[in-house]
Amino acid sequence: MSSTTAPATATPGAGAGAPSVNNPTPGNVYTAGPKTGNEILIDGYELVVGLEVHVELATKTKLFSGSANRFGDEPNTNIDPVTLGLPGALPVLNRQAVELAMYIGTALNCTIQPCAFHRKNYFYPDMPKAYQISQYDQPLNVNGSLELPGGKIIGVERAHLEEDTGKSTHFGGTGGRIHGSTHSLIDFNRAGVPLVEIVSRPDIRTSEEARQYVTELRAILLAVGASDAKMEEGSMRCDANVSVHKPGEPYGTRCEIKNVNSIRSLGKAIDYEARRQIDLIETGEKVRQETRHWDENDGRTHTLRTKEDADDYRYFLEPDLVPLVPSESWIKDIQDSMPMLPTARRKRLAAATGAPADGEAVMVVVERGQDDYVLSVAEAGGDGARALIYVKEAFAPTGDDTAPADAVLPGDIAALTNLETSGKITATQAKTILAEIVANGGGDAAAIATAKGFEAMDTGALEAMVDQVIADNAAAWAKYIGGEDKAMGALVGAAMKASQGKADGKLVTALLQAKRTT
Amino acid sequence: MSGGTSSIGDVSERITAADVVKVAKLARLDITPENLERTTAQLAGMLEHFADIDALDLDGVEPMTQPYPLQNVFREDVVLPSLDRAEVLAAAPAAEDGRFRVPPIMGLDG
Repeated sequence: MSSTTAPATATPGAGAGAPSVNNPTPGNVYTAGPKTGNEILIDGYELVVGLEVHVELATKTKLFSGSANRFGDEPNTNIDPVTLGLPGALPVLNRQAVELAMYIGTALNCTIQPCAFHRKNYFYPDMPKAYQISQYDQPLNVNGSLELPGGKIIGVERAHLEEDTGKSTHFGGTGGRIHGSTHSLIDFNRAGVPLVEIVSRPDIRTSEEARQYVTELRAILLAVGASDAKMEEGSMRCDANVSVHKPGEPYGTRCEIKNVNSIRSLGKAIDYEARRQIDLIETGEKVRQETRHWDENDGRTHTLRTKEDADDYRYFLEPDLVPLVPSESWIKDIQDSMPMLPTARRKRLAAATGAPADGEAVMVVVERGQDDYVLSVAEAGGDGARALIYVKEAFAPTGDDTAPADAVLPGDIAALTNLETSGKITATQAKTILAEIVANGGGDAAAIATAKGFEAMDTGALEAMVDQVIADNAAAWAKYIGGEDKAMGALVGAAMKASQGKADGKLVTALLQAKRTT
Repeated sequence: MSGGTSSIGDVSERITAADVVKVAKLARLDITPENLERTTAQLAGMLEHFADIDALDLDGVEPMTQPYPLQNVFREDVVLPSLDRAEVLAAAPAAEDGRFRVPPIMGLDG
């Protein structure tokens, strides 16, 4: 529930000494960890992960005041009495922030409920009021879910509104850390920026699922326009609660991992932490409940603060704000204006193309926002499966509106798919024509095929040619029959050369294989 | 320190000197040993008022979160001018490089 910049205590472990069980050497003992992230058990232990994701909302102004919400401005140029916690300043809730938070809740299948704001009290220079306004036991969005591309459902406990903190930069210590620093400088531009904290249930079982969850969540946030969700700029930040236990036994003691700044780091941090906890248990030690800091440089987690200094934020209702009660009509307006979400778009594209919804082609094309185009090729009478591959392989991934590919009419691509599926041209020839159509912003596939002299060989001609190739390359053929599969390459190459590229490589391969076994 | 409908205990169960020490530390208050007893007794006295509420049958009474009969007070998402940075930083105890300068940050245990 704490923000990423909640009161950090001293950070022991900076410049750690010799490796120990608490601070093992990555790449030594720990390379035995999960390689793919897909194993359900690691050395007989089940991994349990819950994620807390903070996202900055794409509003123009802050959650409770009219200062600009803008990343990258000169320090302390978006500040006002509310941001600075000046005496007498009073917060007023930004309606747009609430609306974006409701979009997030709706997209995550949450119940949107009447709610209130609480003060979370702590002293830290990046929070000049000495409290953060957050939501506690009455959050805006509760009981939601997120579906991973493979179909697994991850529960979402809550998604609540709160304000971001200022940004501190520490000087004089090692590597910009608090530990050993001589002073800090504070920029309040970020203080008061609206955040939604999305708390998953502990339903995640592998580091790969954790990555998929964050990737999918990011895609949803972008789809509803609630946040730009840039982990590298900190507008999306992720903390992981990690524990391990033997199947059938109660959940183990969990550690919260902070400072994970990319989806890739998230997987690495979870894998590292799982190994650390398993090795503690295996050597007869106990996992301590604590907050740990992921260090990208050494690839380890380090103790940040232990349970003994557990957070005691003395939450109480914020007396300066009144309850937030979203009306039924407001909730319905948001439901009615929801864009189609990535899961639904992937399922729709999968149905139209016959490709798996969690396969690479569907994932990539939906992520690039080119799924509508593939569907329009199919609607124009083209083959959906081929169109999906063409668009994935040949269309620019940038979303650049000026790219020639964006001018290509779906009908042009439809015609090309049909030339290929009807066997009039080979896949290789189709690829050549596709490149030309894309480069020119359109074109008549049949005319290009004729101009290039493309026509697929019929089966009889192809077989005769393959026989000729075998006769001309007796040495390679002998090796191939003798079991040297590598010799196949030379034979296929010879066939392609003999046909001047008109032969279908797949058919040639199939013919050679058939002839070897007869 | 919320009320609830639990049975009413005596004052020593409501708040101890150790509770006061802890809360004082969290609030960065320096309470001297001679003041501790007095403060504990004063806080216990305040909590006595809640005992009066505890004694009532409040089943079915919605908790009041605000004294005002208001909800959904919003502002529109319109940018207003920032305060002048130079003026604000001039009022700070220390500033550097356009930012507030603060002493080394320690945790609660630091």
